[in-house]
Order: sequence, then C-alpha cells, then structure tokens
Amino acid sequence: MPVAELLFWFLTGLSLFGALMVVFSKNPVHSVLWLIVVFFAISGHYILMNAQFLAIVNLIVYAGAIMVLFLFVIMLMNMNTESEPQKNRWLRLAAIVSGGSLLLILVAALKDNKGSISGVSDLEGGIGLIQNLGKVLFTDYVIPFEISSVLFLSAMVGAVILGRKESANLKS
Amino acid sequence: MEMLQVDMMLILEKLLLIGGIITFSLVIAMYTTYAERKVAAVMQDRVGPNRAGPFGLLQPLADGLKLFFKEEIIPLTSNKLLFVMGPALSMVTAMLTSAVIPWGSSIHIFGREVSLQIADVNIGILYVFGVVSLGVYGIMIGGWSSNNKFSLIAAVRGASQIISYELAMGLSLIALLMMTGSLSMKTIVEQQMSGGWGGFLGWNVLYQPLGFLIFLICVFAECNRTPFDLPEAENELNFGYHQEYSSMKLGFYLFAEYVNMFISSAVVSTLFFGGYDIPFVNEATLALSWGDNIVAMLGFVSLFSKIAFFLFLFMWVRWTIPRFRYDQLMDLGWKKLIPLALANMIITAIVILWFNK
Repeated sequence: MPVAELLFWFLTGLSLFGALMVVFSKNPVHSVLWLIVVFFAISGHYILMNAQFLAIVNLIVYAGAIMVLFLFVIMLMNMNTESEPQKNRWLRLAAIVSGGSLLLILVAALKDNKGSISGVSDLEGGIGLIQNLGKVLFTDYVIPFEISSVLFLSAMVGAVILGRKESANLKS
Repeated sequence: MEMLQVDMMLILEKLLLIGGIITFSLVIAMYTTYAERKVAAVMQDRVGPNRAGPFGLLQPLADGLKLFFKEEIIPLTSNKLLFVMGPALSMVTAMLTSAVIPWGSSIHIFGREVSLQIADVNIGILYVFGVVSLGVYGIMIGGWSSNNKFSLIAAVRGASQIISYELAMGLSLIALLMMTGSLSMKTIVEQQMSGGWGGFLGWNVLYQPLGFLIFLICVFAECNRTPFDLPEAENELNFGYHQEYSSMKLGFYLFAEYVNMFISSAVVSTLFFGGYDIPFVNEATLALSWGDNIVAMLGFVSLFSKIAFFLFLFMWVRWTIPRFRYDQLMDLGWKKLIPLALANMIITAIVILWFNK
C-alpha cells in the first residue's frame, strides 16, 4: 500500500517535528499551537489504522476542548520570557539528569520488548469502527467503562466544590 | 508511477466538486450579506441598499472591492504570524464542514455515477463536531494576537460561549442518533426519504421537535449571531475580537460568519428536514419518468430552499431579539439547555426501548 506508506511517513515526520517545536518554542502560545498540530498528525495515524472514531474524538476532546483551555490559561497569564522567573542553574542541571535517566529507562524497557508489541495492520480490521467499538465497550468492558465515568464525575464534583468554597467564604 | 495507484477520474471529479461547493458557498455567503441588509431594511421600514446595480444587487461586490482596497494595518505590538493566521483559520474551519454534507443524490455524467457529496464518511456528524470545536481557534488566536484588551475579552467570551453550547448541541444530537443508528449524513437523509407522504413523514423534526429546538439555539450560539453575539457586542467591547483588523482580513472574519450561517443551515436542513428530500414526492418513481439527473437537481433545489429559509430565520431573529447579558447566556446554556437535552435523550431512549419490545 504505497500511498498509505507515504502518508504514514509524512504524518510521522509531522508529529515528530511538531513535538520538537512544542519543546523548543520560546512563546508558550506557539507551543500550544504546535501541540495541536501534533494531535492532528496523531489523528491522521488513527485514520490510517481505520480507527476513525478514535481519530475524530481525539480531535474533539484534545484539540477542540483541552487545548482551548490551555490557550485560555496561557493567554490570560500572558507569560513571556522577561516576566517569568528564571530557574537557577542547579535546578536545570537536575532536570536534565532526571529527564535523561527517564529516557534511558524507557529506551531500555522498550528495546527488549519486541515480542509483546504487535504490529498494527494499516487500513484493515474493523475494531476501530464506531459500531464495533460501541459493542465492545458496552459488553466486554462495561464495568471499567462505567467506573471511569464515575471517576470523571467525581473529578467534576470536586472541581465544583473547590470553586464554590471561595465565594462561600467571601460571603460569610 | 506504481506509487499512485488511484483512480485519477475520481480525484478530478472530487476536485471539481470541492471547487464547485467552495465557490457556491462563497457566492451564497456574499449574497447573504445583501439579503441581511435588505431584510433589516424591511424590518426597520427602510429601503436598504439600492444604489449599486438594479435593486442594489451589486452591493456585495462593491463591499468586497472596498475591503480589498483599504489600507492593511498590522499593529506593531501584535504577534504578526498569528495575526494573519486568525482570519485564515476562521475561514478554513467555516468551509471544512461542507465536505460531509450530501448536497443531492448522485447524477450520471459520461457513464459515471457522481455522488453530490465530497466524502460520505461513516462518522459524518462527529466530523461536523470536530470542525465546530476547532472553530474557536480563529477567534481566540485573532483576539489574542491583536494585543488589545477588548479583543482578548471578546475572544475569551467567544471561546467560552462556543465550548458551553457545544455540549448541549452534542447531547441534543445523541437523541437523534439513537433513532437513526448511523452517523453518516447520507444514511440519515436516506432514512428520512423513506418515510410516508413522499418522505415528509420521515423528517426527523417530527420525531425530535425538542432536540431540533435545542440544536437550533446552539447553532445560533455557535455562529455568534444575535441574541448570542456577545463576542462582538459593540457597546461593551468597541468591536469585538476583530477590532484591530482592517482590509480583507476583517472581511474574512465578517465573511466567515456568513459562510458559517450557510453551512449550519445546511446541517440543520440535512439532519432534521430531510436534506435533499422533496416533500410529498416519491423521488424513486419520479426518477423513472424524468431521469436521475433532473431529480437530483430538483433535490438540490429542495435542499437549497430549506437552507434559504433558515438563513432568513437567522436574520429574522437578529433584527427581532435583543442581545443576552453574559450571565444569562451561561445560565441558558448550562442550566436550561443541557438538562433539557439530557431529558430529551432519556425519553427518546425509553420510547425506543418500549417500541422495540
């Protein structure tokens, strides 16, 4: 499937380049926008694997909602290099060492693990289609599915309580 | 060239279709601005534009030319790249939705069956939601990069409004999707066409009146139209998120609103009013005597008249209802529409379960 392969390499390049730009951009707003590009590239990969539902939900939830909230916060804080407090040199060194060791561990863990990572066949298999996914979610995995929704609900209730506390204190 | 094993005719056909639909929606959006001024004039007992051409029909062209010839100002303290990107993004996201709308059944040209829909993907409605949720970026980026506090406030307002109403919009559509059992726009239209009275009894609006109402309100909010035009409330924010824009970049923002109106009218007509279904006429028997192509064209005309009605509704509401206050807008979205949509969803589910037994 040469066309699919071409698309795969294009999307891979795009996602890696976007991810690097997220890290290297000086302006946090640019970082967020590059992150959106990365999400688009990842959604493209999902479509190549015939998981259209996952692709579009990834866009709606991450690119459409979560990144908007990120942008909100960054725009309202108006961060830039001059006003941000600079971390001292030792802290940076410690960050480099810990980040580097995490990378080392991840590479070491994944290197010998070829057997358990099954290859994904492009444009084949119907598990990513919405009918099949819905059936699997509501039959085989119904308990984890419901538990995770309760988890989200509790997070939502927690956020509401945290938000209300302040105004209640102000009134009393 | 074994790399490109694709049907070149298909690509050509789709390119022509994409070009046609983009041109079509731009022209319609252009004349919607004209229609809006005429409708406003009628409602306020004025004459409206009547200088350029017969009945002022050349007015949109004159407006466009004026915008092109205006001086283009990019504020010194703005973020230049994002400042240019804002209006472009707005326009692109406004246009993207047209890809999954079935503009008519298929026609036959040169022995090929050409579907009047760019892409019949099986996640059509989710795609619409995806594009709608990306529509925030044009406003946010434009408002922020102008480096003006009014623009920023307007952008934040617009974004929070769109995010809030997206929820109710999604919930109101879930009830519809439970009935149709499909996310493909084409399948939804075909299901509606198979109803009684030549398709009229199959229209989803008859089964989902509440869902339709909620969806319509949310569409108004998503398009930033009155009574939800808080991102551009002139008396509070000077001009809104496009305050620093001039020339055609301003034109793009204003124009994107009309393209959005056109496309969302098309989505509403497709989901709730039978799409290209001609009411009281059985298309299949008509196609036998008149031929497929003519019936497809008639279907397109039918869809277009539904769209025209909704465009008129947009204008009608704009010149009738005053703007909401911001807290009222949030109250309506979160405390009224979302519970209503949830109730609608549960009732629909119960009814479906009842009848299936």
